[in-house]
Amino acid sequence: MKFAVIVFPGSNCDEDMYHAVSEVLQEEAEMVWFEEADLDEYDGVLLPGGFSYGDYLRSGAVASVSKVIAQVREFIAAGKPVLGVCNGFQVLLEMGELPGAMLRNRDLKFICREESLTVEQTDTMFTSSYEEKETISLPVAHGEGNYYCDAAVLEKLKENRQIAFTYKNNPNGSTGNIAGITNEAGNVLGMMPHPERAVEELLGNDDGLRIFESILTHWRDVHAVNN
Amino acid sequence: MPLTTEWTPEIIETEQVYKEMGVTDGEFAYIKRVLGRAPNYTELGLFSVMWSEHCSYKHSKTLLKQFPTEGKHVLQGPGEGAGVVDIGDGQAVVFKIESHNHPSAVEPYQGAATGVGGILRDVFSMGAKPIALLNSLRFGSLERSRVKYLFREVVHGISGYGNCVGVPTVGGEVQFDDAYNGNPLVNAMCVGLINHEDVQQGIAKGTGNSVMYAGAKTGRDGIHGATFASEELSEDSESKRPSVQVGDPFMEKLLIEACLEVIHHEALVGIQDMGAAGLTSSASEMASKAGTGLRMNLDFVPQRETGMTPYEMMLSESQERMLLVVEQGREEEIAKVFEKYGLEAVTVGEVTEDKRFVLEHKGGTVADVPVDSLAEDAPVYQPEAREPGYYEEFRKTDYVPGVRNPRNVLRALLKQPTIASKEWVYDQYDTMVQTNTVVKPGSDAAVLRIKGTDKAVAMTTDGNSRYIYLDPETGGKIAVAEAARNIIASGGEPLAITDGLNFGSPENPEVYWQMQGAVRGMSGACSVLGTPVISGNVSLYNEAAGGQAIYPTPVVGMVGLVKETSHITTSDVKNAEDLLYVVGGAEREFGGSELQGMLEGKHFGRAPRIDLETEQRRQQQVLEAIRKGAVSSAHDISEGGLAVALAESLFAEELGCEVEIEGETVTELFAETQSRFLISIKREKQNEIEELIPDARFLGKAAAHGRFHIIKNGATIIDEPIQTLKADWKGAIPCLVKSEG
Repeated sequence: MKFAVIVFPGSNCDEDMYHAVSEVLQEEAEMVWFEEADLDEYDGVLLPGGFSYGDYLRSGAVASVSKVIAQVREFIAAGKPVLGVCNGFQVLLEMGELPGAMLRNRDLKFICREESLTVEQTDTMFTSSYEEKETISLPVAHGEGNYYCDAAVLEKLKENRQIAFTYKNNPNGSTGNIAGITNEAGNVLGMMPHPERAVEELLGNDDGLRIFESILTHWRDVHAVNN
Repeated sequence: MPLTTEWTPEIIETEQVYKEMGVTDGEFAYIKRVLGRAPNYTELGLFSVMWSEHCSYKHSKTLLKQFPTEGKHVLQGPGEGAGVVDIGDGQAVVFKIESHNHPSAVEPYQGAATGVGGILRDVFSMGAKPIALLNSLRFGSLERSRVKYLFREVVHGISGYGNCVGVPTVGGEVQFDDAYNGNPLVNAMCVGLINHEDVQQGIAKGTGNSVMYAGAKTGRDGIHGATFASEELSEDSESKRPSVQVGDPFMEKLLIEACLEVIHHEALVGIQDMGAAGLTSSASEMASKAGTGLRMNLDFVPQRETGMTPYEMMLSESQERMLLVVEQGREEEIAKVFEKYGLEAVTVGEVTEDKRFVLEHKGGTVADVPVDSLAEDAPVYQPEAREPGYYEEFRKTDYVPGVRNPRNVLRALLKQPTIASKEWVYDQYDTMVQTNTVVKPGSDAAVLRIKGTDKAVAMTTDGNSRYIYLDPETGGKIAVAEAARNIIASGGEPLAITDGLNFGSPENPEVYWQMQGAVRGMSGACSVLGTPVISGNVSLYNEAAGGQAIYPTPVVGMVGLVKETSHITTSDVKNAEDLLYVVGGAEREFGGSELQGMLEGKHFGRAPRIDLETEQRRQQQVLEAIRKGAVSSAHDISEGGLAVALAESLFAEELGCEVEIEGETVTELFAETQSRFLISIKREKQNEIEELIPDARFLGKAAAHGRFHIIKNGATIIDEPIQTLKADWKGAIPCLVKSEG
């Protein structure tokens, strides 16, 4: 499987994402500068965390209208997996590929720490390696991770089983304790916690690795069928 | 239109305008001798910033020469942007600490943020990828509303800048003391990783080569910042807010990427950050170091505002700018690298042979001075030193604290802001980005693995200024020794240090005496412990309005090498039933202790003794035991003594303990005797540890019952739920910050 890690000006978790899929998951991966991307040759797109365009205007807002975005939309439309983490999640929200918006954290402070999450949905290409309702721990690191959507959207997210992860101790004020959601088709996952930071025992946590393994498993299944 | 009134040479001389820029009568006469005439306003500006303490080290140079700067691992000592130390496999670490005290005192958010930005540039201008940030902070009493504001905003500024550029803030220290009420200290340290062959130098070699300016445009911010940083804070320091630079971490992030790409370009000759004294210092230092001259046309300098004068451009400390020297004719290739990141890189001048620093503007020459007179030939002073009256008296005073209830004292100590958990601070820092952080803030040192190897690097900042105040030489030794102890406790071998020397005015003989003693002590410890000084920074004139100098505060930033990741050790006791040992005995030493400050509201008496041979021997023994896998946790015993160290070690797993102490209770529990460690081991390692560390004394064991239980002669001294102690320790700072004061 071949991943593209999209690099925007100001992305700063791009190398971490690359390391997670290439060194730990041991799949092919490339860092792709946002202006030079040709996503046709990739099987998965990873939108990394960071401060694209310095978070100017709103986090993710400028990146969401940058050059690579048309291709990302096509990629999504083709049903291929797109994972947006932290700033990547914010970009997906700004693109309108996921519903809702991101506000500043409830306490108006940046927070960086491990948070306990509940895996709400295991029937997705991103979460199939987890147990339903399993408690995992992943690091968060954000200043604007307070997910907001109105009651109707929240209802719809629940109905469609689009809520992938929730916080056990809501650290930022997110509506419905939401930490990560998928699109309706299930091939886009946006999440504030950083799975790419939790893929190695040495760093104290490998709970995030199974997200990448799930993506890989799904890809293998699809390709086994196709072949 | 110009915003600064620029006086004629005649008026500068007759009205002594130079004094407003911090230039003395003697220095002005020196300038006139060098030039053979009176300087014009622009030239005076150049001399003023380059001869400021911040840039010239004129009051500290002779002291700094005492530091041992060589060692088998040292690849680059002081003199460049940052020092470089070999870590094997053709790799090296690059590091330096820098102060941003004065700006942070008047504009804490931007002051701290740009402090981070500046130290990052010092490191990546060497060609190294910044892998970690640390900071050493000192504030006054958190009871005061101004201090709360400074504390909140400094942390916010560090977080705002560091998080955005994607370099983890992994450690450091925060201490609180009335001595810093009017003058906080903000020292930032950056550690970078580099391959030996990529090390760059800030030199302007090769006559005819082009001088290029890259990064942000020049504005009117930070004009005279270096001069401002070289005088005491006063009632009108608030009016110096325009001297504080404004940072843009997004620009910095792009600059990092571009510079790390450009260092591999063969057309690059030299590169240097435009830090303090901006364009003036970077350009003149690069030329002075190379033995060349430099001619710049300021019309080409990218400007953010219209009508800027040469004086303003040369003295601006606008952030996120770099100066490059590039092979003639290949400027376009370099500009292209920057262009990818949306950055400007333009040719502003050329390297000349004549060793002169010449500036042109709108068709005329606006400055023409010998380049060495700005940099290498800056004045050097040998200030007068005088032993303060307090010193002898303190040495003779053996302070003994009156403690009735050790339990209450322990609880109160754990709530002292200097001891209490700093989670409120580091929760706001991205400690993990780049995914190398094995040991996060909260342990003795931060530890980062080096990807692609089985090595790791440990790093810490330390400096207990109370001891240095009581006895500068002893305190200086302790600062280095404690840093080394923290590296050792984390499983690393200390390699080298960077020093951040924060003092009051060197023109005050008692302050200069403190500087002499501290440097002597630090040098001695560096020699014995084998940790040369590879870089550093001097921040003087740290005096609040009213003339109260801060405690003498040299900060030691140390980096160590962890040879195998399996050696990485934290301070947390891991399992119930693990055995607890203390390495080294306690003496009745409370001068400068946390307990003294808490009970008496001030510090006096004799500083704790330190014997460097004992220190070195114990450090080697503990490291050896760690490397043999005999140690489960290790913690330096420092502020608050054994009781605090023990409690801190038990908090993570919320374990209890059964410990029996001998000797005098208060001394055993709270004395701050040096050269001691608290370690925990698995039961089966008992014989091994007693053999490897002869000074290790059995204390007791960790317990699943969750009670912090200490007995002496069969009687309970302290018996308290560990969760209660943890709540005290964890809650203190959030509580103080939130409370109205």
